[in-house]
Parts: sequence; structure tokens; C-alpha cells
Amino acid sequence: MTDATANGQTGQLTTADGKPLKQALARAQSRAKRKAFFLVLPLLAFILITFVIPIGQMLHKSFYNEGFTVHEEIGSGVRTPIMTNLAAWFDENPLGTEPNETAYAALAADLVVLKDLRAAGQAGTRINYEKSGSRSMFTKAARKADKLEPPFKEAILDLDKDWADPELWRVMRDASSSYTGNFYLAAVDRTKDVNGNVVMVDENRQVYVKLFQRTLFLSLLITFLTFVLAYPIAHLLATLPLRHSNLLMILVLLPFWTSLLVRTTSWMVLLQSQGVINDSLVGMGLLGDENRLQMMYNQLGTVIAMTHILLPFMVLPLYSVMRPINPSYVRAARSLGATSWTAFRRIYFPQTVPGIGAGALLVFILAVGYYITPALVGGADGQLISNLIAFHMQKSLNWSLAAALAALLLGGVMILYWLYDRLIGIDNLKLG
Amino acid sequence: MALPSYADPLEKAWHYTYLVICTLIFLFLIAPILVVMPLSFNAEPYFTFTDKMLNFDPTGYSTRWYDMLLTFGMLAPDAPRDTSWWADAWTNAAWINAAKNSVIIGFFSTILATGLGTVAALGLSRPEMPARRVIMAILISPMIVPIIIVATGLFFFYSAISIQNWGIPYLGVILAHATLGIPFVIITVTATLVGFDHSLTRAAANMGADPITTFRRVQMPLILPGVISGALFAFVTSFDEVVVVLFVGGLDEQTIPRQMWNGIREQISPAILSVATILVLISIALLTTVELLRRRSERLRGMSPG
Repeated sequence: MTDATANGQTGQLTTADGKPLKQALARAQSRAKRKAFFLVLPLLAFILITFVIPIGQMLHKSFYNEGFTVHEEIGSGVRTPIMTNLAAWFDENPLGTEPNETAYAALAADLVVLKDLRAAGQAGTRINYEKSGSRSMFTKAARKADKLEPPFKEAILDLDKDWADPELWRVMRDASSSYTGNFYLAAVDRTKDVNGNVVMVDENRQVYVKLFQRTLFLSLLITFLTFVLAYPIAHLLATLPLRHSNLLMILVLLPFWTSLLVRTTSWMVLLQSQGVINDSLVGMGLLGDENRLQMMYNQLGTVIAMTHILLPFMVLPLYSVMRPINPSYVRAARSLGATSWTAFRRIYFPQTVPGIGAGALLVFILAVGYYITPALVGGADGQLISNLIAFHMQKSLNWSLAAALAALLLGGVMILYWLYDRLIGIDNLKLG
Repeated sequence: MALPSYADPLEKAWHYTYLVICTLIFLFLIAPILVVMPLSFNAEPYFTFTDKMLNFDPTGYSTRWYDMLLTFGMLAPDAPRDTSWWADAWTNAAWINAAKNSVIIGFFSTILATGLGTVAALGLSRPEMPARRVIMAILISPMIVPIIIVATGLFFFYSAISIQNWGIPYLGVILAHATLGIPFVIITVTATLVGFDHSLTRAAANMGADPITTFRRVQMPLILPGVISGALFAFVTSFDEVVVVLFVGGLDEQTIPRQMWNGIREQISPAILSVATILVLISIALLTTVELLRRRSERLRGMSPG
């Protein structure tokens, strides 16, 4: 194709049709690049639309909430700005200004708008996220908004004297802008005080940091347990002749292929207080009938079931690292006088460290984001951060807080994923 | 793993202890999956072995829970079991409908994931592929990102574009499941392409085959085992997925895992165990297929140790 001939006049190599060789090569290479990229493009576009954009949009909600700024009518989709008068007052008066008659007049005018749009519940809910008990104040005040007369301060305080609470005014000031970082503060148990300083929330309402800590701790524990259980069997599988190890490998792969719900159900059957394990222990006389072990609906249940479910993810990378290790290294160490323990510790173990790293990182990444198993066997104290995100999505309906928690979780997972790619390389991910 | 002849008694003792430990770990892996099988034949609504079962008394066993899978949700479960009874079961039984939904969703999401994933894997395995590392990381990420985050994101996204009004049933769930299955297809197909000898395609081109013929007659037969394993992985991923279905699936889009999830959360009955048993048998069949395919692929590429 590129029949190179030396061109006497310029001393340049050219192809048969007279193009400089370098240029022809560059063109061919960029065409090959484009071809490869066009093969990947459809999938990349698909992933962008069904995966990256939805998650990006969700993360946007973690710092953007229109609850106190825009009302959107269901069905027609007509958008009306709300709380505009109050927002204007906030713009003119810095934080710390005592709300005066003008402020209350603005509030009263906005309440009338809320009443007309039937948006008092929406606005109240937004304030309620940061100051509980305020939703009913908004709905009650909006109902009587038409009857409010100057002086507005007294009129509104007559409805509920909590309207004078500086805390409430601070929350309304923050909420009057759609962009806010307050949900991230809430996700790490922090809030702002009257002067806008970041402070911890009350001790009995500090849940999220504890939950992040618990998620980290349980994930580390599960990673460690899978390592302890996976190492011996991976070693056995790697040292047996292939014919035998392939058979035993089925015992590892079958759980891997079995439905997650099936495995979780099995553990519920085994761990229940009327379940197989307790019944066997009572039957053997090791346990009185009245003090059956509580192994489910607590952290223990989560740890046992998740260790079992994630074990294959540790065995497979360990196995693929151990298999090619040459047994003559250990034999050489032994013949040089090492005890079997020293030979293992100094010769065999260091060669398996890459496998440990790959398995541990993978198990840990999967464990931090686990949802189904903790939800079913975790009870109250075996829940992880994912379960709380689901709670805020489905029950408390504080979607911005759910998004902020999800963003923190996603950030952590992404850092670990990046680390995995750096240290091990995604190409080396294997599935059996 | 034979014990060397120079092992001292302590090492021998440790060797046998080690084998016992390994046996126990294998038991830990497999016992929970096997335990549901006999329990699904329990005549009593308990989740433990009754005395009758332990004594192998035939009256302790029954197939009533399997029967319940058929009858639950039927209009006339007690009618004589003729053609109309079976027709009733086929259209109304809750578990049968869930199975139908699962198969439909699984089938279409697998087609989508396998088609897009295989083509992309072909591109990714070319040495000229630009920004390979970043793109690979993006394509694998659905496997790594916590499922609750995916479900939450899709919930907002689908309600923003009101996908349920597009008139295509299951569309949202199918697209989501295809996304979740794609990493598996990419991983298995690129793994088969790693050992691919590119001189084969060049030889085909040399003999006058156009790129499509080359792909169809040379590349495809060689990577087919990888493609099929990837497709099976994608199907299992969809068949097993519950969180996305819970968040974005319509009320009538009951799948087997969703039905199980509801069953486990509300009144857990041994019927769940009979579903579990059926699912375990399906996964055994799938695992066997994948293993046979893997060996075939290794043999084709001359990688088999013997």
C-alpha cells in the first residue's frame, strides 16, 4: 500500500501517489483511531444518557432546591416564582438584621401568593427540612393570609409567636436562594446558627456521621473477614491440580451466580431465632430453648450475610494471582533452611499481596454501597448509608438530603475506584 | 497440594488442620444455598427442619409451596385442573406474571447490553483506541457505583422526562438493566479478545474479505464464547435486580426479585424458599453453560493446559 520510493529532489520519502510518507502514516493512524472510537461511541452515548446524566442530575439536587423559590404547577408545568418580596428584603438587609415591619409586610404579601398557588405546604416543607415544626406554621399562616392587616408584624406574631424566632429567619434567608450547601452540612450533622456560623446539630440528632462511621467500620470488618476466609481456599485452589481445583471452583462460583435475594433469604432461614442454626444448637443441648441467639436483625446478621455474599469477589482475584506463583520458590527457601512458616511469610505471602489488594479494594467498594442485605437482615443497627438514602427518598421525602448523602457516598466510592484503576487496572477485573 | 515427604509431625498436623479449615469454609460458602432446597418441601409453614423431616417421614414433606406459586393470585385456584385452570394460572397467577415480566425485561436488556457492549469491546481492544483508560473506567462504573445511587438518579431522570408516557412498557427498567449489564459484557468480551491474534484478520483482508465478512467469519466465531458468557452475565444481572425496579418500575411491573422482596418484607412464607430453589437450579444451569463455554474458548485459542 505505502510503496515508499526515495524522492531524489527533496530527499523525502513519499508514497506511490506522491504524498510524504510521514503525512500518509499520520492520516492512516488517525483513521484507525477514529474507527476504533466510532465502535465505542454508541455505547458511550448510551451510558451517558442512561447513567451519567441521571446521576449528574441527582447530584444537582443536592445543592439546588426550589422549594422556597419556585412553584411548579403539576400537570401544566407553569412555573411561578414565590417568596419574591421576602427574597428582596433579604437582599437589601444583611444577615443579623432584626426583621422589621417591612420584612413582615413582605412575608405577608408572599403568604398571599402561597395561598393563591396552594404552595404553602411546599414552602413550609423546605423550611421544615432545616427547622422542624415550621411546616404547619406556613400552612396555618397561608390559610389566614387574606385577613392579615397592618401592622403585619403584630398580625403575624398573633398567629404564632414562633414567627419571631431568629433561627427561622436565618433558614428562610438561606432557602430564598435555590442554591444552598446546607444539605451537605446536614449530611455531616452540621447546621448554621443564627449568625450563619457552622455548628454541630444537637447531640440526639447527630445520626449521619455515626452512620458513615458504621458503614466504614462494617465494610472494613467484612473486607477483613472475606480476606481471612478467602486466603486459605484460594491457596488450596491454586495449588491443587487443575482438574480438582476446577471442581472445587464451582463451590465458589455457584454462590456468585446465585441470586442475591436467594442468598439473603437463605441466611434469614439459617439465622432466625426459630431458624436452622438455633434449632440445631437447642437440639444438641448446647443452648437453652429460652436463650436462643439473636443473630439476625442486628449488625451480626449484616456482617455474616455480607461476608458470605462478597466472599467470591475476594477468592477470584486471590486465585488468579496465586495460580501462576512458581512452587519452586518456596521449595528453594525450604532447602536453604527456612521453616515452613518463614518460607510462607517471606516468600509466598509477598507474592500474593497484589491479589489481596485487588480483592480487598473490590470487596470494600461493593460493601460500602450495599443496600439489599442490610435492609433485609440488618434490623435497626445493621443499616448502612445506602439504607438511609433510600429512607430519605421513599419515606421522609427529603430528596435534597438524600442527594447530598448520595454525593458523599459516591465521592468516596469514586476515589476508591480511581485507586483501584491506578493500582490494579480495570482491565484486570475478572469474573470467574 | 501433596505433603512433602520431609514434613515433620507438626507440619503434618498443620496440613490436616488446614484441610479441615478449608472444608469448613467451603461449607460456609455452599451450605446456605443448599439448605433452602429441602426446606422448600416442608409440609409445615416453618423455616426449620421438623422432626418428621429429620426422620425422613414422607408426610413431613410436600410440594404445597410449589403449588402455591401457581395458585397465588388465581381467580379460581380450587377448580378442577383442566385446560381452563391452567389458562387461569397462566394469565393471573402472581408468580407466573412476575416470571413473564422478568424474562421480557431480561431478554431485551440482554440484547441491548450485548449488542452495544460487544461492538464497544471490539473498539476498546484495538491498540489505536484513544483515551482507552478513561472510557473503560466510565463503561465499567455501573458495576461499581452503589445501586441505590443509580436507582435514585434514574428515579429523578425518568420522572423529568416522564418516560412512562412514552407508551413503551418496561422501557425504563430495560434501559436501566442494560446499563447494569454492560460492564459484564465488556469484561468478558475484552478478556476473550486479549489473546486474539490480529494477524488472522489481516490474513482474511489479504485474501479479499471485506471488514464485515472478516468479522462474521473470522472474529465472531472466536469471540462468540465470550459474548455468550457476557450475555448470560447481563441476563442474570437483570433477572436478579430489585432496587431499580422498586424505584422506577410501575406498579404492574412486578418481577420475580420484586415479588420476593415484598414476600420477605411482609409475610415470609416457605413459598419464597421454593422460588429460591428454582432460582438456584437456574443458576446451576447457567454456571454450567458458562464453564463449558469458557473451556471451549480456551481450547479454541489453544490456551487449555491439557
